[in-house]
Amino acid sequence: MTVDLVLVVAIAVLVGCGTTLMLERSLSRILIGFVMVGNGVNLLFVVASGPSGAPPIVGRDGITDPLPQAMALTAIVITLGVSAFGLALAYRSWQLSGSDDVKDDVEDDLVRRRAEADETSATFEAPQTDVPDEEGADR
Amino acid sequence: MTQLVALPVLLPLLGAGVCLVLGRSARAQRIVSVVVLAAVVATAATLLVRADSLGPQSLTVAGWGPEIGITLVADRLAALMLLVSSVVTLLVLLYSFGQGIVEYGRDTPLSVFHPTYLVLSAGVSNAFLSADLFNLFVGFEVLLAASYVLITLGGTEARIRAGTVYIVVSLLSSVIFLVAIACVYAATGTVNFARLAERVPDLDPAVAQVLQLLLLTVFCIKAAVFPLSAWLPDSYPTAPAPVTAVFAGLLTKVGVYAIVRTQTLIFPAESMRTLVLVAATLTMVVGILGAVAQNDIKRILSFTLVSHIGYMLLGIGLGSELALSGAIYYIAHHITVQTALFLLAGLVEYRSGTTNLDRLGGLARSAPVLSVVFFVPAMNLAGIPPFSGFLGKVALGRAGIEAGDWLAVTAVAAGVAVSLLTLYAIAKVWNRAFWQPVDDDRAQAVVDDGGDLWSHGAMHGGGEVTTRTRQTSAWARVAEEQRLPLGMALPTLALVAATVALTVVAGPLFRVTDAAATELVQRTPYVESVLGGGS
Repeated sequence: MTVDLVLVVAIAVLVGCGTTLMLERSLSRILIGFVMVGNGVNLLFVVASGPSGAPPIVGRDGITDPLPQAMALTAIVITLGVSAFGLALAYRSWQLSGSDDVKDDVEDDLVRRRAEADETSATFEAPQTDVPDEEGADR
Repeated sequence: MTQLVALPVLLPLLGAGVCLVLGRSARAQRIVSVVVLAAVVATAATLLVRADSLGPQSLTVAGWGPEIGITLVADRLAALMLLVSSVVTLLVLLYSFGQGIVEYGRDTPLSVFHPTYLVLSAGVSNAFLSADLFNLFVGFEVLLAASYVLITLGGTEARIRAGTVYIVVSLLSSVIFLVAIACVYAATGTVNFARLAERVPDLDPAVAQVLQLLLLTVFCIKAAVFPLSAWLPDSYPTAPAPVTAVFAGLLTKVGVYAIVRTQTLIFPAESMRTLVLVAATLTMVVGILGAVAQNDIKRILSFTLVSHIGYMLLGIGLGSELALSGAIYYIAHHITVQTALFLLAGLVEYRSGTTNLDRLGGLARSAPVLSVVFFVPAMNLAGIPPFSGFLGKVALGRAGIEAGDWLAVTAVAAGVAVSLLTLYAIAKVWNRAFWQPVDDDRAQAVVDDGGDLWSHGAMHGGGEVTTRTRQTSAWARVAEEQRLPLGMALPTLALVAATVALTVVAGPLFRVTDAAATELVQRTPYVESVLGGGS
């Protein structure tokens, strides 16, 4: 199977840049990254369809394989719709918090803090000591 | 009669269109949604009966032929998954009426819940019925697009954050899926499962392994298999209760189903057995350890969800007929039980305004019925003997012991340990939320701390609930007699009854799953049904 070198280089650049962008925290950058990777993958479908040929119209000889093109078209449409939703989400995030950065999970942070404080769970019956802890001091 | 196969995809999509047109009339939307989903349940039941008695039902859409056209196939596995998922979808829809998720005011100007929910249902059906990789991708995208809308419903800050994580991970998995499809097409010249089953054995084993690994990665992200599972407990708990419930029940199982389908049909050689078994063991163990560390019912349930995906993967990794049969039974069991538990968590939240265990307590006294109903699926999840969780685990355990090698036996031993840890995690929920009286100091400390920021009204969706939660303290609310609306309680009861029914009908059900597993291992019925000019 022969492969067009230009296409391969283009795919590598698009996917490489896109992946770098997707590692960012800002949602709009992630989305741009996603669109770039998506386009890279669409080019991959063109590579997958094999050698180029005449337009795939019934009756012509030596036509190119139309099926991957149909798939790439579907993928483009899906990417478009999802990117639009993502942009709306980024805008909403900006409306609410002034940035579109993806924040850390609060509950994860709580679990981490509990672990650092080495606090046992509430079902654990701690042995009663005479010294009240800070929370029980007013009892 | 094979035209029936298209209905589970077509009906919800058409219904979604009708719902959008009906726009503001909530009542009309409800009627349309219920009628459509009930019709899907009936179709799925018919398909299961036909697939069981007549063999796989296949339909090649629009007469393009299986090579380039879209083929839908309902064999026993697909029809069974479709039936279980459609029943669960319908019950969760009824539950959402009770919760009033649809009409919570000006924040959602257009009532998007019903159309989106129906689209989700169509996507799930399409993924189950699809007989080629690309249509499977489309099915996934349809259900994912709908889930993006549902998980960010209402657009509060917590949901946007959780939704962003979910969406970015899903986008990445979709892109990898596309890469996998392109590679599969480049290597074999087809994306049809049946054709792939014929052509993949002729490929260079290295190429076949790359393809298998790519597909496995994609589906493992969707199914939340460790180490690709971190997104799930992060994003699910903030959504409204019915949405979380239906996601927990269905979406990961669609991923598991895709793993079953591709691994048995396209890559029957056991080249990935070690990898899958190791991943299954790690998923079970790491997932349940996460659940033990958590302090919020919804988050505990999310982690048990991840953990129990490991059991299904264990069955797939073992790959024998008994193991596959056990895995299929376990999927059916887990869809119903996990959904029921999330619905019950929603009821707890409705009753007490929170699912944070630090603020809950004494529900056994104030809500005895809820406590008993919670207890049943909770024990079922942990795998206590009379329930279906136990039966599924026994089947998987027996398959592992029969396989006999150290990896399989280790995985089964891990499964037993995880089952005990599940009991511990769920008993923690039971003890702290239902059994012991509420600890006032601790509850007050949590309120002062603001630590349960995400766990009250913010995820409830209702503005009123938020303010009420903020003003009244936890212990005062427990005392307050608040009756659960029947609209929420009855569907939950029905679902809990369904989880118990899985035990009652375990005999016939295992007969179907055994036959489905045989069909999967044989492969010929599926391939012949697709390629044998099913029109």
